[in-house]
Amino acid sequence: MNTDIFEVIEPGLLTTVQDLGRYGFQKYGIPVSGAMDTYSLRFANILIGNAEEDAGLEITVLGPKLRILSHSCIVITGADINPKIDGDSVSQWVPIDVHPGNILTFGPVSDGMRSYLSVPGGIDVPMLLGSRSTYTKSNMGGYHGRSLNIGDIIKANYLKPNVEISVKALPEELVFYPFGHVHDLRVVLGPQDKAFTTEGISTFLNSEYTVSIQSDRVGYRLEGPVVEHSNGFDIISDGSSLGSVQIPGDGSPIVLMSDRGTTGGYTKIATVISTDIYKLAQAMAGDRIKFSLVNIDEAENLLRTRESRITQFANSVRYPRPDKKLNVLVDETSYNVTDMNGREIVLMSSRTGQVRHIMTANVSGRKFRFDVQIESED
Amino acid sequence: MNSIFDRLRFLQAGDQSLTVEVGDTINPEVNSKVRKLNLAILDASIAGVREVVPTYRSLLIYYNALVISSSDLIDQIGSIEEWTDSQLVYRARIISIPTLYDGKYGPDLQFVARHAGLTTEEVINIHSETDYRVYMMGFSPGFPYLGGLSPKIATPRLETPRAEIPGGSVGIAENQTGIYPVSSPGGWRLIGCTPLNFFDPYMDPPVIVNPSDTIRFVPLQSESEYLRIKNEVENGLFEVHAEDI
Repeated sequence: MNTDIFEVIEPGLLTTVQDLGRYGFQKYGIPVSGAMDTYSLRFANILIGNAEEDAGLEITVLGPKLRILSHSCIVITGADINPKIDGDSVSQWVPIDVHPGNILTFGPVSDGMRSYLSVPGGIDVPMLLGSRSTYTKSNMGGYHGRSLNIGDIIKANYLKPNVEISVKALPEELVFYPFGHVHDLRVVLGPQDKAFTTEGISTFLNSEYTVSIQSDRVGYRLEGPVVEHSNGFDIISDGSSLGSVQIPGDGSPIVLMSDRGTTGGYTKIATVISTDIYKLAQAMAGDRIKFSLVNIDEAENLLRTRESRITQFANSVRYPRPDKKLNVLVDETSYNVTDMNGREIVLMSSRTGQVRHIMTANVSGRKFRFDVQIESED
Repeated sequence: MNSIFDRLRFLQAGDQSLTVEVGDTINPEVNSKVRKLNLAILDASIAGVREVVPTYRSLLIYYNALVISSSDLIDQIGSIEEWTDSQLVYRARIISIPTLYDGKYGPDLQFVARHAGLTTEEVINIHSETDYRVYMMGFSPGFPYLGGLSPKIATPRLETPRAEIPGGSVGIAENQTGIYPVSSPGGWRLIGCTPLNFFDPYMDPPVIVNPSDTIRFVPLQSESEYLRIKNEVENGLFEVHAEDI
């Protein structure tokens, strides 16, 4: 039962609908897009009882001004952006009740670059190629393929969280803010570290870089010491992964982010590890960046630790413990359905009305991605 | 000399992506091997593999490192011996692309002919006589990187790119030819336009050609023919001609 939740009075600098990205179509040249700081979006969803993949608003530096149209609740995470309801400051990282006629505004951002706003069940925009993320450059996905504008009406999938949620502070090890202005990004070398001289790699790992004003959702351009190639800067175009540090002919690094082109022809010296991408997503022009090297085993361990803490927190926020597992019947055999992080998808007994879930299922080692809508019988 | 490596080369591209190189040049044999490996990986249904992006001579594999480690993934791909085509995925095809080559739809056709020292008719013949392999897709949604342009009609890019090029425009840039899938700015020399809809996110699949397909441009005789096909495309009545190789 989707319902109007916001009317946009002022759009802010760049406010878009994003989820965790559009995977599966890069072979056709369609970028992943999705939230830049996926942790902040995931926490915004967890804290409101949503699936982590649900769509929220990504708010960039200058927040929008929104009129609340329904009695509901919201969570704002990510950059500290001084949200106010009817002029009174409200907290981030906790659910806030909102009422029809309330005006939600945002002050100047005081820490970080991107905030995330979740609503119960996620923002309701059509699913396009498996995702609700906006890719503005091709007018694809999200709200009519563009950033929000004056007069837009935003719908939530429902008005009340569909699980019981306990309001809890994030455990210390998952509090990533304040984001600050100096960011240490851990990288693994490759894919093209062989295209650089020893000095080039050493320059890259031991210098401080400054975030250029020309940074955006496609990539973060960095200014600083030139990284020396050993034998040319161009390669036969290959796939560009998230966080890869591309070094074009001028020797200045560009870290590839959510809206990156799927392929590129410049050498990539190293790649920022998954656990550290959010730091860059929250970095502003003028912030300082330092890279440090880890090996692939260390990166995998960091990721496992981080994800198990998030899972633990997510499980502690929702209660009562879910009572029904979602099963899929294929040829009379029943399979449990898991989400993208391998957790079992469960149906909450307290859910009413419609429930919508984007899920990935592994059935006999085969992967399926589907958008499920579950309706109550009455 | 086919430039295919004796063994696959694995390059870490972050902690959840892996680049697999099969060779070091742009040529049909290397690209065919990319395609076969792509199909074999999809066919193997390796748990944790999220997406495979085939390019000229390599593949980028996105995976979930919580499900499979880099070293296990490398082992599994290394052990895929039988690189056979799968029933589950598309075959290599020749796709016919009806194209109107003329000065209105291809404002640089005259320039390309002058630059090559040929008549426009000769340019059209040379361009449409060749079959072009889709080596990969990228740059923008649905954009095919085509190989095989005759050097006789290679032409430098515009010095100043156009602000808006209509979707479907067929162009030449140096020794490449390509099709703009959607309206966008661009600096390629335009010699014609196809009425086909090369990219539409609401279509399933959103593109009409796949990596490793072959494209054949089929000249249209008149603007009315172009408009008739365009009308059929818009109403979902046009069937793209595809032939298995």
